[in-house]
Amino acid sequence: MADMTSSVNLKKSRLEDVHPAYWILGIVLLVIPAFVSPFIMFQLMGWTFILGIIALSLMFLGGYGGMISMAQMALAGFAGYMIAIFGSSAIDTISQGWPWWIVIPLALFLTMLFATAIGWLAVRTEGIYTIMITLAIAAAFFYFTRQNYDLFNGFQGFNSVLPPRLFGVDWRGPYAFYYLTLFFAVGSYALVLYISRAPFGLTLQGVRDNPRRMAALGYNVTAHRVAAYAFAGLLAGIGGILLTWQSSQISPGTVGITPAIDILIIAVIGGLRHPVGAFIGAFIYVILKTFAVDILVSMGLAGERFQLLIGLGFLIIVLFSPDGVLGLWEKYRENRNRDPLTGEDRGDSRL
Amino acid sequence: MRDFANRYPVWTGVLALLVVILLWLIFAIWPPGLVDAVGSKKIFLSALFNGITLGGLYFLVASGFTLIFGLMRNVNLAHGTLYLLGGYVGFHTADKTGSWLLAFPVAFVVVGICGVLLQVLVFRRMEGQDLRQTLVTIGISIVVADLMLWGFGGDFFNISPPSWLSGPVETFFVSSVRRSGELVYLKYPMVRIVIFVAAVVVGVAMWLALNKTRIGMMIRAGVDDRDMLSATGARIQIVFIGVFAFGAGLAGIAGVVGGTFQSIAPGEDTRFLLASLVVVIVGGMGSIPGAALGALLIGLAEQFGSVYFPTYAVVLTFLIMVVVLAFRPEGLLGQQK
Repeated sequence: MADMTSSVNLKKSRLEDVHPAYWILGIVLLVIPAFVSPFIMFQLMGWTFILGIIALSLMFLGGYGGMISMAQMALAGFAGYMIAIFGSSAIDTISQGWPWWIVIPLALFLTMLFATAIGWLAVRTEGIYTIMITLAIAAAFFYFTRQNYDLFNGFQGFNSVLPPRLFGVDWRGPYAFYYLTLFFAVGSYALVLYISRAPFGLTLQGVRDNPRRMAALGYNVTAHRVAAYAFAGLLAGIGGILLTWQSSQISPGTVGITPAIDILIIAVIGGLRHPVGAFIGAFIYVILKTFAVDILVSMGLAGERFQLLIGLGFLIIVLFSPDGVLGLWEKYRENRNRDPLTGEDRGDSRL
Repeated sequence: MRDFANRYPVWTGVLALLVVILLWLIFAIWPPGLVDAVGSKKIFLSALFNGITLGGLYFLVASGFTLIFGLMRNVNLAHGTLYLLGGYVGFHTADKTGSWLLAFPVAFVVVGICGVLLQVLVFRRMEGQDLRQTLVTIGISIVVADLMLWGFGGDFFNISPPSWLSGPVETFFVSSVRRSGELVYLKYPMVRIVIFVAAVVVGVAMWLALNKTRIGMMIRAGVDDRDMLSATGARIQIVFIGVFAFGAGLAGIAGVVGGTFQSIAPGEDTRFLLASLVVVIVGGMGSIPGAALGALLIGLAEQFGSVYFPTYAVVLTFLIMVVVLAFRPEGLLGQQK
């Protein structure tokens, strides 16, 4: 026991620093494909990771930047549209058919540009105004894609937008797609975690807590906020491209107002405090969305009321725990740590 | 007005010029060259009037929203839901009793009661927590939208106005000149004129109530400094409930108006929530004259857009919002903080 603590005090290696829960989760996620059906891998897990990445971009803005943007789904859809327009799809009158190694960076770059423009507009406002303005921008983008036939192919959008056949692998196959989305989910999660501890992330959190003080310290508040929007746009763009590949199509329905609100629901259900919340929220949402009809039918209710079930679940969570599932978990941990007699904290016990 | 003219002489000149051009466009008989360039005057005039009446409808919805936000800082994203509920209640009242006029008070009272419930059960518990209010009202609007879809079905409903209001009426605006030299006057639906006049009356009454009465004084004081007002002994929670009920009731009335103008169906709630968001962002949060100006601008933009460049009509309204935000983030008539 003694030499263990001394080794901790001396110098921890990076691997030792990782919480055991991460190891367990990582191993489970890696070996899961051996046990479950392709439907669960492709539809459930793939979708969870994709929505998690998009919600993560909102979590980054909301949790570290204090700015709730409803335009993240619009950004994701924008990236999907860019892939369809510059890459190949069934609409070959519009699609340019460029190779993937130009299309994907170009799509992500344009998405970040769009995100910067949105951020530049949105940072002029604070708090609730930001939500309203980004919601209005998302709605404008939705209507624009629905009306524009020259570039966005209007109501129908694009279909047969497929991932490139890299290394001879069909990336839409259940195994390949599972690992593809898992890779990007873990990558964005680690990136967000890294940035939150890097100088940029710390400054951003300072700006969230007290913008005036940070400005007085010489930081450019607006530039940090706009940069946060650009980075969140990159994450949303990655999620959007994966989402387009998963359903192999992109249309105005993907970027509508309901999906934009769904992303907010996912981020809030999970909790905005920690990046893992986005994925927890996405998992709960996907499970609900996939099985709500069955649950309702088994309870003798009409299956089309699943929107009601999701809405009620969301309402209950935000009413009782503003910090989502993560908030509930923290409350539970605090309660367990508290001494039942004195009400004092018994000290931190891990897990 | 004079302050504005003194501070921005150039802008005042531009605005005056625009008003003169507009008046000329409305009253003059258009020369053939102009008709060839932009289409007949009749199209222009009906787009103008449709825009103004649509602005009246938007004002009814948005004024409640902006009043509630201005006084209580309550972000009620269920406002569109209140509008749609008012529409359904009004439709069923008019359908059962056969009286169009009765639909208005019933919708006002029912939706007003819903507003009171919202204020007492939801907003009072989370005062000052913007994000939580937003989330809870989004949740409520999802749940209630689905309940309404369940209860009222997914059909389009149209509230038909009584016979004395239906049919067009001849106005004194010349729309064109016949070969024989006879003047043709514009015909316009009576019900739209009546509704627009009603919206103006409501707006003026609200302005008078806010500026000339004791209650209005309390509300204005509450907008400026809520804590100080309650410290002076005003029972601010009751004022809050009253204002919320009134704002929600206005949304209910607007629902009946919207059902007569256009139609009510699932999805209209989001549309009108967005419209009132854009209106109050353009006009300035918490300002009634701002809501009127914003509603007029957005209504006109939507109608002129759908007539002269139909593809991007909806985008035009958002473009206005973006331009306003870029140059005047607090809205056209909003107060600088």
